[in-house]
Amino acid sequence: MSNRVQLASRRDFLTGMFSAGALILGARFIPAETAEVQVTSETEKATWHPNVWVGLNSDGSVVIVAHRSEMGTGIRTSLPMVLADEMEADWSRVRVEQAIGSEKYGSQDTDGSCSIRDFYDTMREAGATARAMLVNAAAEHWRVPLDECQAQNHQVLHAKSGRKLGYGELAAAAANQPLPHNSTIHLKKTSEFRYIGKGVPSVDLKDFCTGRAVYGFDVHVPGMVYASVERAPVLGGALRSFDDSQAKAVKGVQQTVVIEHAKPPYKFQALGGVAVIADNTWAAAQGRKKLKVEWDFGPNAIVQTDTYKRNLIATANKPQKVVRKVGHVDNAFQGASKILEATYYTPLLAHASMEPPAAVAVYRDGKVETWAATQSPQDVQKTVAEALGIKPEDVTCHVTLLGGAFGRKSKPDYVAEAAILSKKIGKPVKIAWTREEDIRFDFYHSTSAMYFKGGLDTSGKPIAWLQRSAFPPIGSTFDGKSEYGDDGELEMGWTDVPFAIPNFQAENGPAKAPVRIGWLRSVANIYHAFGVQCFVDELAHAADQDPIEYWLALLGPARKLDFKGEVEKFGNYGKPLTEYPFDTARLRRVVEIVADRSGWANKRTNKRAVGFAAHRSFLTYVAAVAELDIGSDGKVRIPRIDMAVDCGPVINPDRVKAQFEGAAVFGASVALLGDINLADGRVQEGNFDKYPVARMNDAPVETHVYLVPTEDALPTGAGEPGVPPMSPAIYNAVFASTGKRFRELPLRKQKLV
Amino acid sequence: MIQLKVNGAARQYDDDPEMPLLWYLRDELQLTGSKFGCGMGLCGACTVHINGEASRSCLTPMSAAAGKEVTTIEGLSENGTHPVQRAWEQIQVPQCGYCQSGQIMQAVALLKKKPRPTDQDIEEAMSGNICRCGTYQRIRQAIKIAANQKAGAKA
Repeated sequence: MSNRVQLASRRDFLTGMFSAGALILGARFIPAETAEVQVTSETEKATWHPNVWVGLNSDGSVVIVAHRSEMGTGIRTSLPMVLADEMEADWSRVRVEQAIGSEKYGSQDTDGSCSIRDFYDTMREAGATARAMLVNAAAEHWRVPLDECQAQNHQVLHAKSGRKLGYGELAAAAANQPLPHNSTIHLKKTSEFRYIGKGVPSVDLKDFCTGRAVYGFDVHVPGMVYASVERAPVLGGALRSFDDSQAKAVKGVQQTVVIEHAKPPYKFQALGGVAVIADNTWAAAQGRKKLKVEWDFGPNAIVQTDTYKRNLIATANKPQKVVRKVGHVDNAFQGASKILEATYYTPLLAHASMEPPAAVAVYRDGKVETWAATQSPQDVQKTVAEALGIKPEDVTCHVTLLGGAFGRKSKPDYVAEAAILSKKIGKPVKIAWTREEDIRFDFYHSTSAMYFKGGLDTSGKPIAWLQRSAFPPIGSTFDGKSEYGDDGELEMGWTDVPFAIPNFQAENGPAKAPVRIGWLRSVANIYHAFGVQCFVDELAHAADQDPIEYWLALLGPARKLDFKGEVEKFGNYGKPLTEYPFDTARLRRVVEIVADRSGWANKRTNKRAVGFAAHRSFLTYVAAVAELDIGSDGKVRIPRIDMAVDCGPVINPDRVKAQFEGAAVFGASVALLGDINLADGRVQEGNFDKYPVARMNDAPVETHVYLVPTEDALPTGAGEPGVPPMSPAIYNAVFASTGKRFRELPLRKQKLV
Repeated sequence: MIQLKVNGAARQYDDDPEMPLLWYLRDELQLTGSKFGCGMGLCGACTVHINGEASRSCLTPMSAAAGKEVTTIEGLSENGTHPVQRAWEQIQVPQCGYCQSGQIMQAVALLKKKPRPTDQDIEEAMSGNICRCGTYQRIRQAIKIAANQKAGAKA
């Protein structure tokens, strides 16, 4: 194992971040298999590519660079906090700086609920190394044995003599210490943690409450103009002609500019269209309304949601490609005493983060500087570079705060628009999408159809389970042709169904994408968990058993699943099963805890509308109970959600709780409200009137989150795993209350009364 | 010429009278604490106070702001010390933070009218403000904390 932590020079940082003589350390995430001991000569230091940085100034101030994007999870606080803890730094003397996009940080793509699990160890080692160098410097200064010195809250102490040196006083001497090999540094014991497991408030909290926080929408650079783009309303449409005479007559409008239309595969390209350039946001929008544009709509102009949905359902009802096989379902169905069949459907969804996509770009002398609300600044660099025919390293991406993202803002088409326009007109350009643009030109969460067939024996236990699905896959956005779900999508709740059923078969059929498909908070887990977790509930009722007891019986004995011989390969969210097992005992435990804490049994006895679902995603185990009030008018309220969560050790408990509280609301939007529909290939929804998201009066009133980590496990994921169990838990509660089994999202479109 | 006061300072505006106040605040005055979310008065991210009343600045033409006193999140208090802001901090309401200026301005207006709001009052006043991160539960709690603090201060 090599040193992941190495010395860096001041010139690797943004200008002015550190004073001369500062101790600066970088840590680098190196996969174990490529690790080897590296020598750090002066020249190598200058070209070395670390991804996590900490610096200590001689005034004692510590600067920690956050290389992940802040979209509401608190990651910009939590990862630096981990480093500060291991460094024994006083958090009140730490300043967090946001990294620009650069390969030297490794992956910056803030998605997949992976920031803590991928960077927790790295941050700890970086902090512990800094601490070791400070202690070494103090011991050398006092000429005392190393083991008589101890770091404590921004100081090194020599207990015997009662002497102390502050971190600031030690900075210069520490910087001259040889870098300790990471086999010689020691990480803190859990009992020694100052911040880890306890948490600190977000570094942005004060700014959030005073309006000072800066998002992509808020960026202002001198001389910038405002652009508003009219795009083809159908994916694949192309500009035929346009008349901008009335647009140009609007006061404040400067000019119009054509952006070439994108050709498949669309990837993150700017879609193209006609841009109106103006003095301010309002004039640009008014000008755009006055454009007269003729489009060639292209082949997607025939797509209607009704027909598309029928085809998707028909596909899911026919034999398809087998993606997981256990035993022989066909034979087993013949011996079943009872057979159930059901078809589920989920619509396209838009992300609708509160801040629509926004960016500023300045093109100058073959280089671009951008400020963007982005989850993935390196994808900004690549996408802008490709659009302008320049090199990624000639694109500087400053990462602002993100006003929500949920996966939308890892796709930087909007930044490419700003950059293309800036190059064309030679001025700094701001792009700030309207809500209608955000909803009509999204990378949509996929629509799906799922068919289920269960065969029960005389005791009501399933002896055979067959499931078939069809959904346009995310891969289509990148290759222009994919029609089958890839392993990543299928492992999100389809091929990794954990039940102990002797005959189980999962299939997946083809679907062409009529729109750009992308990932949205918890991705394919949303529809898979909805179908699977509702169908289990159907079986439980067919067997006349308590849904949770039935579910646990189905889960079977405690075991670690590897799906060997059943699926081609199991990716486990990119992590080895040895470190992150699929442990049914952990799943059972969260189910038992939520059953107990929610008062499930009592509520069932009292005929409350309660529903249950449990699901593992992003390596995290979540069980949820939803309690509803359904009025005689069919109006659904959610007085309470209970969620038990095992996401391994919890670094910042309040922020993790907040993620699950938020996921309950996000999940309520999915269950109750959201759907995107196409007519002639055009998205019919455009704002919160037709694409509602949960408001205070729709959202769960109380969400109780129980963080119940397994001892000695590794941290997993927190941002997404709360979403998947929500819609099945809610739909199962609707059934418990009304006796009606609805199998399509959203509930608002179903006839409750 | 439209004359108005923004956060106590006298301002003059001489351009399109139909332009919504939001864009005047954001693009002209660079007071970016008030946010764009929908442009249709559906989400509340742009909420400011006009003569003390919570108003959607994305729907308020400059002509309607003439002669009015506008308060934005930037003008609500010195250094974020309003009891509502303090309550927001105390229980860490914000996640991404984007909608929170609007939420806070809406909550302040509610407490001005109803110093001890019921759950029903809170829901009625706040359901026009969308938070996509889903911080509603904490917004509810924070409003109650602020109400109690204010009541305590008066006693």
